[in-house]
Amino acid sequence: MGLTSRPDQTASREPRVVETTGDEPWITTRLDAFVNWGRKNSLWPMPFGTACCAIEFMATAASKYDLARFGMERQAFSPRQADLLICAGRVPFKLAPVLRRIWQQMPQPKWCISMGACASSGNGIFDNYAVVQGIDNIIPVDVYVPGCPPRPEGLLYGIMMLQKKVANERAADPSLRNEMEPDPTSQLYLPPSVIDEISEPFGNSVQQTRSGL
Amino acid sequence: MSSGFTPVVSGSALDASAPAPASPKNVPQRGGAANPSAEALRQRFGAAIKAVDVVWGETTVVVDRTAAHDIIKWLHDDPSQRYDYLSDVTAVEFRDFEQPLEVVWHLRSLPYRRFLRLKVRIERGSVLDVPSVWDIYKGADWLERECFDMFGITFAGHPDLRRILMWEQYREGYPLRKDFPLRGRFSRSEQLRQALAANPEARYSKEELSIADAFDDLPKDMQRRLSTGERTGE
Amino acid sequence: MATTKRTVEVSLSTTGVDADGRPQRSPLAVDDSGNLVVVESPPSMEPDLEGEHMLINLGLQHPATHGVLRLVLELDGETVVRCIPHVGYLHCGFEKTGEYRQYNQIIPYTDREDYLNSPGNNVAFSLGAERLFGIEITERCKVLRVIACELSRIISHLVWLGTTCIDIGAYTPFLWAFQQREEVYELLEMWVGARLTTTLTRVGGMAADIPDGFTEKLSAFIHKFPKVVDEIDRVITRNGIWVGRTVGLGVMSPEEAANYGLSGPMGRASGLAFDVRRDFPYLDYETYDFDIPVGTNGDVYDRFLVRMEELRQSTRILAQALERLPDGPVNIADHRVILPPKSKATSDMESMIHHFKQVMEGPRPPIGECYVAVESPKGEKGYYMVSDGSAKPVRWRIRPPSFVNLSAIPRMVEGHLLSDVIAINASIDIVMGEIDR
Repeated sequence: MGLTSRPDQTASREPRVVETTGDEPWITTRLDAFVNWGRKNSLWPMPFGTACCAIEFMATAASKYDLARFGMERQAFSPRQADLLICAGRVPFKLAPVLRRIWQQMPQPKWCISMGACASSGNGIFDNYAVVQGIDNIIPVDVYVPGCPPRPEGLLYGIMMLQKKVANERAADPSLRNEMEPDPTSQLYLPPSVIDEISEPFGNSVQQTRSGL
Repeated sequence: MSSGFTPVVSGSALDASAPAPASPKNVPQRGGAANPSAEALRQRFGAAIKAVDVVWGETTVVVDRTAAHDIIKWLHDDPSQRYDYLSDVTAVEFRDFEQPLEVVWHLRSLPYRRFLRLKVRIERGSVLDVPSVWDIYKGADWLERECFDMFGITFAGHPDLRRILMWEQYREGYPLRKDFPLRGRFSRSEQLRQALAANPEARYSKEELSIADAFDDLPKDMQRRLSTGERTGE
Repeated sequence: MATTKRTVEVSLSTTGVDADGRPQRSPLAVDDSGNLVVVESPPSMEPDLEGEHMLINLGLQHPATHGVLRLVLELDGETVVRCIPHVGYLHCGFEKTGEYRQYNQIIPYTDREDYLNSPGNNVAFSLGAERLFGIEITERCKVLRVIACELSRIISHLVWLGTTCIDIGAYTPFLWAFQQREEVYELLEMWVGARLTTTLTRVGGMAADIPDGFTEKLSAFIHKFPKVVDEIDRVITRNGIWVGRTVGLGVMSPEEAANYGLSGPMGRASGLAFDVRRDFPYLDYETYDFDIPVGTNGDVYDRFLVRMEELRQSTRILAQALERLPDGPVNIADHRVILPPKSKATSDMESMIHHFKQVMEGPRPPIGECYVAVESPKGEKGYYMVSDGSAKPVRWRIRPPSFVNLSAIPRMVEGHLLSDVIAINASIDIVMGEIDR
C-alpha cells in the first residue's frame, strides 16, 4: 500500500515466482500456444453494460464494427458461460456487490475489460458519493479502455490487447488462475482518521486532481 | 371487434377562440400574465395561499403546508381547473441556511393547457413532513419516494415510503441536503466496505420472502433480524 | 385486467394462424376433402397447482431488462401475480454533482443521463438555462436545435426498435437499426466530434456550427431512412408472431395514463393526446408541419406503432428544418454568457476578460427558477433549475420520463405471463441512466 506493511502479512505471503522460465520443454510452449490461440479467438463476452458505454458496445457488436470476426458473437448473458466480463458503464456502490457476485460466478479462465473512463477510474465527472471509483476496487481488471464512451475502434483495440495478453499466458503459471478472493479476515489497514488526514486537501477523493469542490 | 379507448385530447376544454399554443418569446423575468388558476385559488382558499409569483412566465403559488393536500385535490377535481397530470414532486434546499426548504409540485392541466407550480415552505428546525398526493395521482408514488430518499422529507399518507435510489440501510444520510458533502461522509474505503458487505442474494424484503414461503428456510438470526424490522434489501 | 381484442388484417402464407394473427394453439388436421380442420384439444389432464407462488428475480444482469433494472416477480405458474420493481442501481449523483458545476459544465452530464437522447437533452438543458438567464437565441440556432432534437429522437427510437425486436425474438432489425444509427453517428461526429455523448449545445448557442457538407449528408440520410423504416415495417408489423406477442398486453386507459403521469409514446399509445411540442411548444415547433400519432388500445402493439410512425414524422420535420435553415450567427452576441471566438479572445482585451470570467467563474444568471419541458423520445423531459445568483445552480432537478413511466409497470404486468413481462418492459422504452440519475 506504500505505507507501513504489517509484519504478519509479509510472512504469510507466498513468494510469487513463476518457476517455468528457461527450462520449459518445447512441447509445453506449443501446447500453450495452441490453447491460448483457441481461447483468445473465442472469448465469449459477458456485457455487464450499465450506461452509455453499453450502447457503444452494442454498436461494436453491430454490423459496422462487427465483434463476430473476433469470435465474440455469442454473448453470454449468464456468467456461468462467459469468459470475458466487459464492464461497460459506471458502477455505483449499490451495484458493487452485484458485480463482485457476477465475477465470482464466472468460472476460470476469465478476464475482465473495464470499458470506459467510469469503469476504469470513476471518471472525474462522477467523483461523488454514489459511484465506485474504478471497478478494480471490486474485481481484478486485465485491460482498461479509456474513453467516454470509447469509440468502437478503441474497444476493439482493447480486445486485441487482451488477446495478446491471453496469448502470452503460460499454463504452468499457477498464479494466473488464482481467484483473488478478498481476505475475509482483513480489516482496514488504516484507521479512518488517518485516511481523512492523508486525503485532507482534496476531501474524500481518490482523484487527487480536484482543485476545490 | 376492436374496443379502443376514446382519446383524451389535451386542450379539449379550451374553446375555439383560445389562442393556439406558441413558443414563448421574450419572456419577462417578473410580471407577465399569471395562470388563471392562481386567482381562483386565492378566491377559494384565501389565507392558505401565502404568495403568488410569476417568474419567467411560470406561475408559482406558495401555500400553507396543512392545506396543501386539499388544494391539490381541489385543483385535480374541480371542473374549471382539471389538473389531471402531475409532472413532478421535488424539493429545493438553499445554500443560505436562513431560507426554508421548499417542496415543489409541478402540475399540468391537459384540458386547459396550463402549468402551475405549487410550493410549500418548511422552516428550518421544523419536522420535514408534508402530505402525500398519492391518493390523487398514482404517479406521485416513486417521485415522493425519491424525495424522501434524497432529502429525508416524509410524505404522510404514502403507502410504502422507503428509499428508492440508495439502498435501504444507507447510513450516510440524505444526499441532496446541503450539509451532505459531495463525496459522502465516509471515506472511500469505508463506503466500499459497506456496499460490499451487503449480500446481493439476501436482498429481499420480508414481504417478498413471505410470498415465497421461504421465510422459514432462512437461518434463525436472519429471521430475527427481519422481524425486528431490519430490512435486508431495498 | 382489461383485455382488448382487435382484428388485424393479415395476409399470410403460413398456415397455423387464426384470423387474429395469433398462432393456432390446437393441432390441425386435414379432412377428406382437403380442408384444414381444427382438432379439439383434449381436456386438460394436469392437476391444478394451487397456492404455490414462486418468487423470482428478473435482473439485474439480464439481457432484456435494458440496463440494471431488477423486477421481483411473484408467479403463479407462468402468470405474474405481483411485480415489485427495484431501481437505483445506476444512481450516480447527477443532481448533487450539478450543484457544484457551472451551467456549461452541466451540459456533459445531461448527455449521460439519458444517453440515447444526448443531443435532445443538451437542447433541453440549454433552453432551460437560457430562460433562466433571460436570453433569446438566434434563429439559426433554433433550427439547428430542432435538427438535433429530431435526429436524437430517431436514434433513440432505433435503439428501442432494435432491442425490442431482440427481446421478442427478431435479431435482424437490430442490425438494420444500428446501421442507421451509424449513419447518424457520422453526422454528429462531423458536427461536434462525438458519436454518442455529444455535448452539442452551450448556454446561448451551440458548441459549433454545422460544417460544410453536413446539409448534403443529412439530406441523403433523409432520403434513405424512410426506406429502411419501410423494410423493418414489412418484416415485423404484420408478422403473426409479432402481433400475437404484443397485442393486448399491458393495457392502460388514457385516464390511468394521465394519473400515472405517463407521457410520450407510452401515454399517446393509450389515447392520451399530449405532446409537449404541440401543447407547450418550444423552438418554434408550432410552425413545423407534422402529425402526432395517437393510439387507441394502449397495448404494446400500439406503442410500437406510435414509435414507428414517429420515426417517419421526425424525418418529415428534419426535411422542413433543412429547408428553412437560415444564415446568420449561431451563438448570441452577448459574450458575458457565451465564450467569444478564440481569435478575438486572444487579441481583443474585452473578449479576453469575458473568456477569463466565464472559464474561471462561469456566467451567473439572476436569482430565479425555471422549469423547461421538452418532448424527449421517452416522454416529457423537464429540467428544473433554481438559481441564487451564483454561477452554480442551487438545485438542478431532472424530471425523468422513464422513471415515471416505469412506476406503472406493476399495474401493467399483473395477470400477464412471464414472457409478456419482457415485451411490456421493452415497450416502455426505459433508460436506466435517466431513471436512476
